[in-house]
Amino acid sequence: MRQRGPSPAPAPAPADPERAASVRSIAEQLAGVRGPLLPILHEVVETHGHVHDDDVPVIAEVLNLSRADVLGVVSFYHDFRRTPPATHRVALCRAEACQARGAEATYAAASDRWAGSTEVEVGEVFCLGNCALGPSGTLDGTLHARLTPDRLDALTEEWVR
Amino acid sequence: MSPVAWVPCDAAALSVGADAVAAALEAAGVTVRRNGSRGMLWLEPLVELETDRGRVGYANVEPGDVDAVLSGALDDGDRCVGVVDEHPWLARQHRVSFTRVGVTEPTDLAAYRAHGGLAGLERALTLTDEQVVAEVTESGLRGRGGAGFPAGIKWDTVRKASADVKFVCCNADEGDSGTFADRMLIEGDPFTLIEGMTIAAVAVGATEGFVYLRSEYPHAIRTLRRAIDIAYAHGVLGGSVLGSGHRFDLDVRVGAGAYICGEETSMLDSLEGKRGEVRAKPPIPALQGLFGQPTVVNNVLTLSAVPMVLADGGAAYAALGTGRSRGTQVFQLGGNVAHGGIVEADFGISLRELVEDFGGGTASGRPVKAVQVGGPLGAYLPPAKFDLPMDYEAFAAADAMVGHGGIVVFDDSMDAGAMARFAMEFCAKESCGKCTPCRVGSTRGVEVIDRIRAGTQREANLVLLDDLCTTMTKGSLCAMGGLTPMPVRSALEHFPEDFGVEPAAAEAVTDDMPESATSTPGGARP
Ligand SMILES: Cc1cc2nc3c(=O)[nH]c(=O)nc-3n(C[C@H](O)[C@H](O)[C@H](O)COP(=O)(O)O)c2cc1C
Ligand code: SF4
Ligand code: FES
Repeated sequence: MRQRGPSPAPAPAPADPERAASVRSIAEQLAGVRGPLLPILHEVVETHGHVHDDDVPVIAEVLNLSRADVLGVVSFYHDFRRTPPATHRVALCRAEACQARGAEATYAAASDRWAGSTEVEVGEVFCLGNCALGPSGTLDGTLHARLTPDRLDALTEEWVR
Repeated sequence: MSPVAWVPCDAAALSVGADAVAAALEAAGVTVRRNGSRGMLWLEPLVELETDRGRVGYANVEPGDVDAVLSGALDDGDRCVGVVDEHPWLARQHRVSFTRVGVTEPTDLAAYRAHGGLAGLERALTLTDEQVVAEVTESGLRGRGGAGFPAGIKWDTVRKASADVKFVCCNADEGDSGTFADRMLIEGDPFTLIEGMTIAAVAVGATEGFVYLRSEYPHAIRTLRRAIDIAYAHGVLGGSVLGSGHRFDLDVRVGAGAYICGEETSMLDSLEGKRGEVRAKPPIPALQGLFGQPTVVNNVLTLSAVPMVLADGGAAYAALGTGRSRGTQVFQLGGNVAHGGIVEADFGISLRELVEDFGGGTASGRPVKAVQVGGPLGAYLPPAKFDLPMDYEAFAAADAMVGHGGIVVFDDSMDAGAMARFAMEFCAKESCGKCTPCRVGSTRGVEVIDRIRAGTQREANLVLLDDLCTTMTKGSLCAMGGLTPMPVRSALEHFPEDFGVEPAAAEAVTDDMPESATSTPGGARP
């Protein structure tokens, strides 16, 4: 980020006030439901792509929880990612029923193809409920079936490698 | 009049391009209606054209096939499966909970009623709470989430508890690989679940309910939320259920990608906004569940059987099935299977009928090597065991479990040693971390299996694996750690060669299989 005015040694990135306001508003809107923390975190990820460290104290304050409580929950669940998502996301099922149809080969091919890529991230999931038509996976959130390495290639042809 | 076609909006159908087919049909001037899936998943997208004979099905339709479908050019080929209701794969089933799935539009409440929906709730509202619970008890309905605990007993415990507020929570976390019936029911006929939960609420005196639905199921989340809105708008939910004066409010809560949150106490903590750690029992959730209040926790399929139980009476449901496994079970055929999908049948059907007659063997065309029944914590069984009847007790006696009814088929390229290793690895990944036998044991298990497979001090490591499995079985707080030994031991028992082990040496480890359903640690799950 560009710094304005004379600025001494690199300061920690300033918190994003716009984002903080948005997170606060999400938290305040949902604070009244029973067990509000998970719905709030889902909404933050939905809106902002991930839960940033700076979001934690904001949510904690609105819910009157300690930061450690909020962080403990964030870190427990796979869905509450703490880094921004890449441009494209591949999530491949590696559970038993998809393994029975060759999921490991697809996962290996994908990991290989996008190793080190900053544009495409490859993740694993365990069952998407599409176990009769595997290997299953999602590409940018959309569910696909019969994902052989070739089909994965075809479906992602337009992506930057 | 323009022709009418049905195109499933089920996630499995969407995953093979159903939306594009629907769009192509619409562009060709067809009136498109969206149903759930019939459960013949290998035929998806299965397009059904309304005709004088009934709805005629066309399999594996792609957008480019639309003209051929409409002109009748496909009618004499394999792709036309005839009148779908008469399809032998469906006609041989006994659809009770899934009677409307694939038939109606999922969120069409009028169609739901026209096909028998709400009859159970209407009857329940004419009975006392005690009578409603008595019907469920008489039906013999047992929990479909895995443990097979009698629903009536659970409900009666909650009914008798006195508290300001009671809850009904539906466990729709469906994390088991090879299971998708909860998803398909919710996407295909969500009012059945809503009705079942409402009956439960009326029976136990609960005013609030939650469906804990996994985030991996975005289509189900959307459909259920829409159905709940419609149910409110028509007075099925809200301040006075069907004008009875009973209040019942229902909400959907989305999971966050943790397998352990399918365990009921972990699910309750998650609903409360905490880390999904397993609670020690007692207290049982029926007495101190969500926010410490009396709570019914049931699986989607348990609750979805309830409308029929109330509509036709507990005795009618109890007349189906075998032994102490009453009614129907919604089996799910997945993995390397030719004809995968939903088979609802009375308990007592054999594994062979499911895998061979319905499943048609493997998708690869190679011989079946094994099936895993009941999810990641269930046993691997070879074809020699396929005469087992689907029955909770018969499976427990065979050191296996019915679980949520998922059956995953593997062909002869399967490496049972790798699958055993995966079971331990999965346990290590998904353990909530609360107890040592599970948290540490699973990681050790991976190492020990690796050594056995590599031939490093194989004898000694087999003994170690045996000890480890026993410790996990006996010392884990819940069935995650408690049952992970089941797939491991069954794989070793039936396929020792995949571990590089002589059959005789494997016996020592497999003698001491996890015990049956009722003695499972924590009682959570067989
Ligand atoms: C690790 C683990 C995962 C579980 N996952 C599920 C699940 O996804 N869905 C479910 O209904 N029950 C699951 N259960 C079983 C629940 O703990 C509980 O027995 C069930 O929800 C009770 O409902 P039922 O009596 O209707 O089956 C799981 C249990 C364990 C130990
Ligand atoms: S057995 Fe595993 S998942 Fe269950 S309570 Fe113990 S550590 Fe948690
Ligand atoms: S196991 Fe892959 S979708 Fe279920």
